[in-house]
Amino acid sequence: MSSLQTGVFLKQVSEDLFQILPPCRNHPSCLTDTSPVVPGADPARTQLCFEWGPAEMLLCETLFGRRGGERRGAPGGSAGPAPTGCGVAGGGDGAPGPSRVFVVRRDQDIYMETLRKLFNESHGIFVGLQRCEEERAARARNAQLVQVSKNYRSVIRACMEDMHQAAISARDSALHSQYSIQVSILSAMELIWNLCEILFVEAAPAGPLLLRLLDWVQLHICDVDNMVREVLGSENPSKHKLFWNVVDIFVLQGRMDEARHLLSKEAIANPTSMNMYKILDDLMKKMPVPSLGNTQTLTEMELKWQHWHEECQRYLQDGTFASNSHMESICKILLGDENAILEKKELMTTWYHFLVTRLLYSHPTVKPMELRFYAQSSMDMFLGEESNPEPLDTILMAAFEFELHQVIKECSVALSNWWFVAHLTDLLDHCKLLQSHNLYFGSNMREFLLLEYASGLFSHHSLWQLGVDYFDHCPEYGRVYLELHIERIPLNTEQKALKVLRICEQRQMHEQVRSICKIMAMKALRNNRLGSALSWSIRAKDAAFATLISDRFLKDYCERGYFSDLDLIDNLGPSMLLSDRLTFLGKYREFHRLYGEKRFSEAARLLLMLMTAHIAPCSFWMTLLTDALPLLEQKEVIFSAEQTYELMRCLEDLTARKLDKQKFQDDDVETMKVEMLRLALARNLARVIVKEGTLEGS
Amino acid sequence: MEEVCARFVSQKISKARWRPLPAAALQPPDLFATGSWDNEDNRISIWSVGDVGSAGLNGEYQGEPQLLCDIRHNGDVMDMQTLSASHRWENAHYHADQYTACGGAACTGVICNNPEIVTVGEDGRINLYRADQKDAVRTIDNADSSTLHAVTFLRTTEILTVNSIGQLKIWDFRQQRNEPAQIFSLTGDRVPLHCVDRHPNQQHIVATGGQDGMLSIWDIRQGTMPVSLLNAHEAEMWEVHFHPSNPDHLFTCSEDGSLWHWDTSTDVSEKPSFLHQGGRSTAYFSHSTINQSVVSAWLSNDPTKDRMEITNLIPNQTLSVNTLDVLGPCLVYGTDAEAIYVNRQLFA
Repeated sequence: MSSLQTGVFLKQVSEDLFQILPPCRNHPSCLTDTSPVVPGADPARTQLCFEWGPAEMLLCETLFGRRGGERRGAPGGSAGPAPTGCGVAGGGDGAPGPSRVFVVRRDQDIYMETLRKLFNESHGIFVGLQRCEEERAARARNAQLVQVSKNYRSVIRACMEDMHQAAISARDSALHSQYSIQVSILSAMELIWNLCEILFVEAAPAGPLLLRLLDWVQLHICDVDNMVREVLGSENPSKHKLFWNVVDIFVLQGRMDEARHLLSKEAIANPTSMNMYKILDDLMKKMPVPSLGNTQTLTEMELKWQHWHEECQRYLQDGTFASNSHMESICKILLGDENAILEKKELMTTWYHFLVTRLLYSHPTVKPMELRFYAQSSMDMFLGEESNPEPLDTILMAAFEFELHQVIKECSVALSNWWFVAHLTDLLDHCKLLQSHNLYFGSNMREFLLLEYASGLFSHHSLWQLGVDYFDHCPEYGRVYLELHIERIPLNTEQKALKVLRICEQRQMHEQVRSICKIMAMKALRNNRLGSALSWSIRAKDAAFATLISDRFLKDYCERGYFSDLDLIDNLGPSMLLSDRLTFLGKYREFHRLYGEKRFSEAARLLLMLMTAHIAPCSFWMTLLTDALPLLEQKEVIFSAEQTYELMRCLEDLTARKLDKQKFQDDDVETMKVEMLRLALARNLARVIVKEGTLEGS
Repeated sequence: MEEVCARFVSQKISKARWRPLPAAALQPPDLFATGSWDNEDNRISIWSVGDVGSAGLNGEYQGEPQLLCDIRHNGDVMDMQTLSASHRWENAHYHADQYTACGGAACTGVICNNPEIVTVGEDGRINLYRADQKDAVRTIDNADSSTLHAVTFLRTTEILTVNSIGQLKIWDFRQQRNEPAQIFSLTGDRVPLHCVDRHPNQQHIVATGGQDGMLSIWDIRQGTMPVSLLNAHEAEMWEVHFHPSNPDHLFTCSEDGSLWHWDTSTDVSEKPSFLHQGGRSTAYFSHSTINQSVVSAWLSNDPTKDRMEITNLIPNQTLSVNTLDVLGPCLVYGTDAEAIYVNRQLFA
């Protein structure tokens, strides 16, 4: 279990991540660095000890060091499912004040009701991804992986929308802010995922790379959308006070057609400066863009771009736009003037928007490997010297630097769930990007993260079923984890037990099958459902338990004089052979049936066989011999001479054995029974000798 | 399968049932109920797939099922009864022996035939209730030595139960003794049976589904063994349903995440058509003659002739399909992947 212990850290919602997302800034519920990691536990006051469990950790207060001796508060060695409440009072035995046990769960997002949709839908995508294997050509494979990535993102988006709706309709303000926090986490996750998709999964080459980044910015910078909507919705957009802001936004995001459309409206309103508008419009129209297909080479593109750049330069220098400061600044932006772009800081809101705009107008054919320089400098320029980058910035920066492991590490620290890193890492692993990397613990990073995520799922009362498939796709430790977790699922109904059993049986986990069946059999036994208990132990092929239950059946029979659960015992079939006792039970019942059907000679043969073949336990012989009494007393002779001798031998064996134990003498009833049996046997013998003699003689 | 619409509901669905329609209704059903399992608080929810205001003229637009209302379900017996007077619920986890000290056993199945309600449970007990009475009309303790998994009405006074040792039993409430009227069983290996349904028109035809995913068709008039055993799913078959008005079609769903549509109507051309148009005429003939060739397609099913058309309605499912219900052209099913699916053009 060392792999389980290593590298596990408590997750907490990092407030910093939300800083870029206005609605939940400085939310009180976000944990800050000063608050304790486990609320209520105070390491300064009491010593804490802990015990690892499969998905949870038990933390308890001890008196270690106080009285010079160690006293453990936690059940020693317990790794089972722990009580869910926090602060369970432990037994005091004289200690001052109650010591408390805390249950620390690792993945708190698992318990978000609204995120269950995310877990379930992504589970389907995950399983689909593992199934489709690499028979395809590289290109098709890449397209397929991109599609998978997009599917993951659309699930995040759908979940975000649901959460947003929930936030709107939430009446409770605490609930509202909780949902808002989740919305911002999800949107940050989607932002990171999308960037990783462009850079790692799709691995867009120079040219298309910029177009993808533009899409990325357009999709995620939605703060300005409201402004755009307001201006476009107004009666006369060109007179709106935010008109130029909107034009700038369009230009900054490279949405040239929309910008030109707006400008044309302004141009109609100002016929005097028509010419100036025309020139700008023309420049914007002519701006070369990298093509997605292979229609033009990079050099061609660069040439065209150079030419266009010079043209813009010319217009700026000869003062064409000098009369209108707005248009002049647009022209400067087109030229990639960093200061001009930085002036619009408010409209861009983030440094990565600035980065993309800067690339668009100064390095449209940027190569993936060059990104890191521009990214670093853009961030420095945008944030200035004094401000510290936040987790989200660090993550994106690591992505721009193509530091995959850094991205995953930062995400693990910053996000409050394992879902994101587990799925992203798995996808990147399928892109063959992580193979060289092995951890010094566990197997590899993909497996480690999947195990963490799936363990979290298993700690949930309902989502555990999803976890099974994740474990299945962890080649090294998945099975061990599954074995440990599956045994700890509470089985409240048989239906659930059947589902768990099916999981185990499909994976040939015999040990677990046995233990589950045993649990169910014990439950049934406790409820006095012998039939059910027997069925379960037959299913588990648990001979010892079947013997135990068979004994109960026989005991009940001896006490009551009739069998219960005949429908089961009569239909045992081949499963009767599971244990000797069960065989005896089935056969003994068969004897009763034969007797009931008046098939006496068959019944007699069976009865004798039960003793001579030593199927019957010795303790039961007396009962069997007593059962022989009515057969001996029948009008017609049933036992043959040989059979009668056998019966007599059985009786003598039994009495001899009992004499040894010195018990027999005291019991009058037993003595009388034996006497009666001897008498009946002797009479039968007499009759049979006469009968057999007559038959031979005739 | 674009006519299927899905909705993730954040709870594992254990049962889904359409609201029954009056016999003469022309419209497809638009309301169904679902029940969840394995949650900390389980819910019974009512959903509408009706096109509330937003439908196109020909009703082609079908949005997701909309939640109308739901209630928390914590296993109150009285809740069950008042509700089941108008609806049908299954797998209510009420405790059949709640009055005893050692707590309860799960109730595994319930069937109602207004006003009578029959429940069976893990404790092997059968209870008969009336919608208007508070206490059980009749209780058969220890009716079965193993767990009873499902129950259905055979006739007004007779019920069918299946249990976990592969037996199908008929119980007659007119008889006073607490013994089954008849026991049928699978041969040998005692594979647990999980579900049972009766042919809507020909009451002697019964279908059951077992733990190994096998579909068994029984003719309860003859023999004690199934007429045919059809290899079907790879894991437990959780539910089997004859189409109520088109009983040549049968639907089964399973733990392995598949939902199968069994169609025996394709062999109509092979036989005189008048016998197979409706259940009624077939029933008449099957009673009057023993000739196998004119008996219902289900019983005459011959493994050597591949007459049955079987389609899996869910190609890429991974988690268990726990429940399905079919009514008119509509199918609803619920899964452990916490989603409900509605297919409104089953025979399109």
